[in-house]
Amino acid sequence: MKLLEHQSKKLLSQFGLAFTPAIVVQTAEAAVQAAKQLQASSFIPHPSSFVLKAQVPFGGRGKAGAVRFADTPGDACRVAGELLAMELRGVKVTSVSVEPKIAFTRELYAGVAWDTTAKLPVALLSVAGGVEVEASKQVARRNFDPWDGLSAFEGRELAAQAGLSGKTLVGIGGALEKLARAFLACDAVLMEINPLVETADGALIGLDAHVEIEDDAAYRQKQRLATLGEIAPTATGRKPTPLELEAQRIDAMDHRGVAGRVVEFDGDLALLIGGGGASLTVFDAIRRHGGKPANYCEVGGNPTEEKVAALTALLLSKPGIKKVAVIMNVVNNTRADVMARGVLLGCEKAGRKPAETISVFRIPGSWEQEARALLAKAGVEALGREMSLDEAARRAVAGVCDRHPSNEIGAHRAPLQQKH
Amino acid sequence: MKADSSFILHPSSLILVQGITGREASAMVADALAYGSKIVAGVTPGKGGQQVHGVPVYDTVAEAAAKHHPTVTVISVPAPAALDAALEAFAHGIKFCLIMTERVPRLDTSKLIVAAKRAGCAVIGPNTLGLIRPGVAKLGTIGGRVDNVRRSFTPGRVAVLSRSGGMTTEIASFLTSRGIGQSIAIGVGGDPIIGSNFTELIELLENDPSTDAAVIYGEPGGTAEEQLAERLKKKPSRLRINAFLSGRFVDEMQGVRFGHAAVIVEGERGSVRGKTTALREAGVFVAESFDEIVNGLPGMP
Repeated sequence: MKLLEHQSKKLLSQFGLAFTPAIVVQTAEAAVQAAKQLQASSFIPHPSSFVLKAQVPFGGRGKAGAVRFADTPGDACRVAGELLAMELRGVKVTSVSVEPKIAFTRELYAGVAWDTTAKLPVALLSVAGGVEVEASKQVARRNFDPWDGLSAFEGRELAAQAGLSGKTLVGIGGALEKLARAFLACDAVLMEINPLVETADGALIGLDAHVEIEDDAAYRQKQRLATLGEIAPTATGRKPTPLELEAQRIDAMDHRGVAGRVVEFDGDLALLIGGGGASLTVFDAIRRHGGKPANYCEVGGNPTEEKVAALTALLLSKPGIKKVAVIMNVVNNTRADVMARGVLLGCEKAGRKPAETISVFRIPGSWEQEARALLAKAGVEALGREMSLDEAARRAVAGVCDRHPSNEIGAHRAPLQQKH
Repeated sequence: MKADSSFILHPSSLILVQGITGREASAMVADALAYGSKIVAGVTPGKGGQQVHGVPVYDTVAEAAAKHHPTVTVISVPAPAALDAALEAFAHGIKFCLIMTERVPRLDTSKLIVAAKRAGCAVIGPNTLGLIRPGVAKLGTIGGRVDNVRRSFTPGRVAVLSRSGGMTTEIASFLTSRGIGQSIAIGVGGDPIIGSNFTELIELLENDPSTDAAVIYGEPGGTAEEQLAERLKKKPSRLRINAFLSGRFVDEMQGVRFGHAAVIVEGERGSVRGKTTALREAGVFVAESFDEIVNGLPGMP
């Protein structure tokens, strides 16, 4: 789960890392009070101006105009109002952080992440902090042992490698030790302070932070996360469509099996595909043969007949859908007959004749014979394992009558249009 | 001399199952025994003295190891217990460890890989359905019931390495339908950090006299395919390597950026297009369609 900026800073503060004082507000009026309070605070006696930042769980805020400056508390009120009216990538801005703008002499980048090649955590440090850090060739990195963490001396060595010296080198050594300790203690997948600035008097202060905690470790981070307030749902780049939301609801109906993870596209062929790897394979194959998929999905883990029926009916309810293709890899947990019953029931619910609606049904493996018999009664031929995923996809496209399937790579491939 | 892959699962390997009394593990034991796997003992703390399909259950690996001397373990315990179970296995002479458990936190995986290296133990997984030596034995639920396993997998000289459990069986089944048998098929695990990646396994198989070629199934994300390409560019393999990468459409979808570390650590790696180019430049045959995965394999025209 991705934390908002102010949550990230609060969490890292608990490990002794320093950030600019910040007050999070939900209304423009509260921004005035926040600005006055910051003016009165002793940390930075007289901030000449303020920074206001929309709290959203992704990067690129600056370029999107969601990081703004204000000179007076009155100004802060106006800017906060504008930010709170914004929507970024489908996420409505509901809170704004008000901070004093501070002067600094140097911008650094400090981060810890997982290095999947070394299979170890890695500490990162760059003297080119800010938004251009990725382009910088000067990122120093060092793997460390997940049992031991990173010692301050190792942090100082990394600082030296990055070209730092003097008081900065000492300060960075300590900051990296703390960041690495926080990373391991919080089950993070990412922690970064960017920029980490050095002020004229030599203090190291974080201006922005990104923290992502591993979802699979949430069970042992509950107490820590509870101190941070509500965690925003993960942004996917756009709002889920009504069909996607309904599919989520269907999947949540019953904990048994997965019949969901639907992504909607502009197309005419509904897909009921699985498991994970086969879904990716089949979707690619459908497009390669010139088909226009109406959705992506992942089915697996032996979902109930009711779930499969509801999902089938939902996918078929979309205007312009010609057929549904049901294709899975050789199954050993999911039952082919349960899938067949669900798909047949789904066709019925949608008021469609199975023989004219199911372009292919290919689920080899457990309970395959029973599935074959059920489908035969409804006039649908079940394909077996001798029919490859690719060939099944080709037939599915052929079943959608106005296009001819092609074996030429990408010959008829339509541009992929995600539904908005 | 480098080790060949026989220690992973030799016909005479004695196998331990940790978490044996669980529902999934118990079903897995029945299928694996029926296929010929020599499962000699199981461990579930607190349930010592029971039996699962005739296999004795112990409270500790220490006791199971003292009585039965297994060298291989299959771990099928809840995610919060996986690290501890692996450490227990390493402490008692296990040389090969397959972790089926899903959703193991990355921190625990990284810790157990470090500990395994110190103990001289090889790890496959986590989050794998298992591996099989067709006609000999299998570990994990790979292929499902024994009749399904016999239909999908046949003995031969091509290795299958896959990031997806379901696709391991699908690929083997396709090879079998084209008359191509398999020396070993391994679900390497679906997690970002895994005990043995493509590169490490290919290096093991290069020393395996029973393997002539390998088919690799990759997916978007991570750097496993690029890493293999880098190794092959430095040092070509004696194995014919075919790859199939799914999820091409994912490259076309809009992602959401969060922080810079991923780009700094992984660079522009991760896209299917990038992986395809890297593997082709390294001399790997990358299939355009699934059916092409058999092209050029020994025994194919």
